[in-house]
Amino acid sequence: MYPTDCRYTKEHEWIKMDGAIGTIGITDYAQHELGDVVFVELPQVGAKIEAGQPFGTVESVKAVSEIYSPVSGEVAETNSVLGNEPEKINQDPHGAAWLVKIKLSNLTEVNSLMDAAAYQAYIAEKQKETSA
Amino acid sequence: MSENIAKAGRHVNQSEGLIFEKSSPGKRGMELPPLDVPAVDAAKALGAEYVREGVEGFPEVSEIEVVRHFTRISTWNYAIDYGMYPLGSCTMKYNPRVNEFVARLEGIATEHPYQPVELSQGCLRVLKTLENILAEVTGMDAVTLQPAAGAQGELTGLLLIRAYLESKGNPRKKVLIPDSAHGTNPATAVIAGYAVENIKSDANGEIDAARLVETVNEDVAALMVTNPNTLGIFEQNISEIAEILHARGALLYMDGANMNALAGIARPGDFGVDVMHLNLHKTFSTPHGGGGPGAGPVAVKKILEPFLPTPVVVEKDGKFALDHNRPKTIGRVKAFYGNFGVLVRALAYALAYGPGMRQASEDAVLNANYIRKALEDVYELPYKLPCMHEVVFSDARQKKNGVNTMDIAKRLIDYGFHPYTTAFPLIVPGALMIEPTESECKEECDQFIDAMRSIAEEAATNPELVKTAPHTTRVGRLDEVTAARKPILRWKPGQ
Repeated sequence: MYPTDCRYTKEHEWIKMDGAIGTIGITDYAQHELGDVVFVELPQVGAKIEAGQPFGTVESVKAVSEIYSPVSGEVAETNSVLGNEPEKINQDPHGAAWLVKIKLSNLTEVNSLMDAAAYQAYIAEKQKETSA
Repeated sequence: MSENIAKAGRHVNQSEGLIFEKSSPGKRGMELPPLDVPAVDAAKALGAEYVREGVEGFPEVSEIEVVRHFTRISTWNYAIDYGMYPLGSCTMKYNPRVNEFVARLEGIATEHPYQPVELSQGCLRVLKTLENILAEVTGMDAVTLQPAAGAQGELTGLLLIRAYLESKGNPRKKVLIPDSAHGTNPATAVIAGYAVENIKSDANGEIDAARLVETVNEDVAALMVTNPNTLGIFEQNISEIAEILHARGALLYMDGANMNALAGIARPGDFGVDVMHLNLHKTFSTPHGGGGPGAGPVAVKKILEPFLPTPVVVEKDGKFALDHNRPKTIGRVKAFYGNFGVLVRALAYALAYGPGMRQASEDAVLNANYIRKALEDVYELPYKLPCMHEVVFSDARQKKNGVNTMDIAKRLIDYGFHPYTTAFPLIVPGALMIEPTESECKEECDQFIDAMRSIAEEAATNPELVKTAPHTTRVGRLDEVTAARKPILRWKPGQ
């Protein structure tokens, strides 16, 4: 069910590459775990972000969670729709609710991320763990 | 509901409206006699621009309506004076009445902060004595009582670290924060001008010292550790962690929110902490919640003392004075001298219970472990180490029937208990975070355990009952999502 043209992180973000630009969002698993999203905080365009470090937050009725960047680079664009409609993250996490577009500083970083099959296996393992 | 659970009470009024809705024109709380002196024209006396004709929408009600209104809605509250309040990481413990007695003593309650120092010797002595006690309990060298809450204490602590590192020539860039730390820590670091780097806990729920060695470099200003951490687990490698940081010129900040597990037993100053805050409204039994108000004193090692907020209470030849002349100070962080009335209560607690503080810590740990053992066969325990003052379960077993931690918490209300902390810490999916505190006797803990076991049973046999709880309150499942997305923060006329 996870798009095969994306790569995934253990923190449940996805990234889809188009040239040197990567579009980043959170996965369906992540939105499900968060519950109803009520607020999203994203970085400014032009901000430098680092792989593995938080660049924004997603707030649900349950908790405030950080969004970790899968890659390093500079923020090229942010999804302004989410300001007024944070619920889009619950409705369409892999489509309309993308968070930011990043101009990557090192294209090879993407290669170390999970592909869809590996991510699927990772969350299956996680679900087994938490329901053990 | 199982038969051995007795309910403490019911709401007396299930449908009290807003006070604005009780308003009708001309009603008032107090009727004054007719004027027997000539009336003064306010516009003439004050200037027309300062005269207000009325306040739009201000409720017009009688005195007894006001009294009844607030008394009725107060019965919808839950309070520690009513029953157990097992909110993890919040330490909702009993506020001894001796604290209130002392805070109301005439010589204390009627003092004014603008009184000259010569006439405030008693109050200054209260402050100095409390500082000394807190320094003794924490094993630190100096204390500021100014910060008005834990989060402000954190910020004060990080500003002290920044000022110290700046005086050494480089304030540095990053603050390390483990994923088991208190939620306010990252915000504090950012407001103090630092970038936050997260550290993952190991399989035991502790900081991985071996990995920390690789992370700490010249850019790291400090590590903020909560110890015991939010899993209720004591960081056993804390001394080694301090050494790793110190070897690279970084400092160790301890969030002392969980100090109620350590007071009288272990001293952060002895295990390498450079600066920490205490929550007097937790460990030191002052009122908590509803604005408290809180108090978050900060305790520091000698190297940070020159930077403490001013004024500092100093003692010379048996007399107390306020020292404003501290060239390296970070400045004032709070008006006057902190929340003085709260500081008095904390001092009363410390003096009344003194060495008993150790037993308070031991009982807090004992109660949490008693509950852990009594519930671990029905609720999943993700981290198996013995806990300190709080225990964290997960809803993994109940989730199979579609019942999550929030549902269990809501059902607990029907049993007459305040819910525990839900869904925190984040490293445990579906967390149930329970902190009984030392205030609870065995019988109260047993009632709580019975309730939790009964709910686990319901979750297995009648999950719908739990998922639709609470059933005994005035309102049930509020629409938290809409409230968060489109909040209405105040009543307006005509709404």
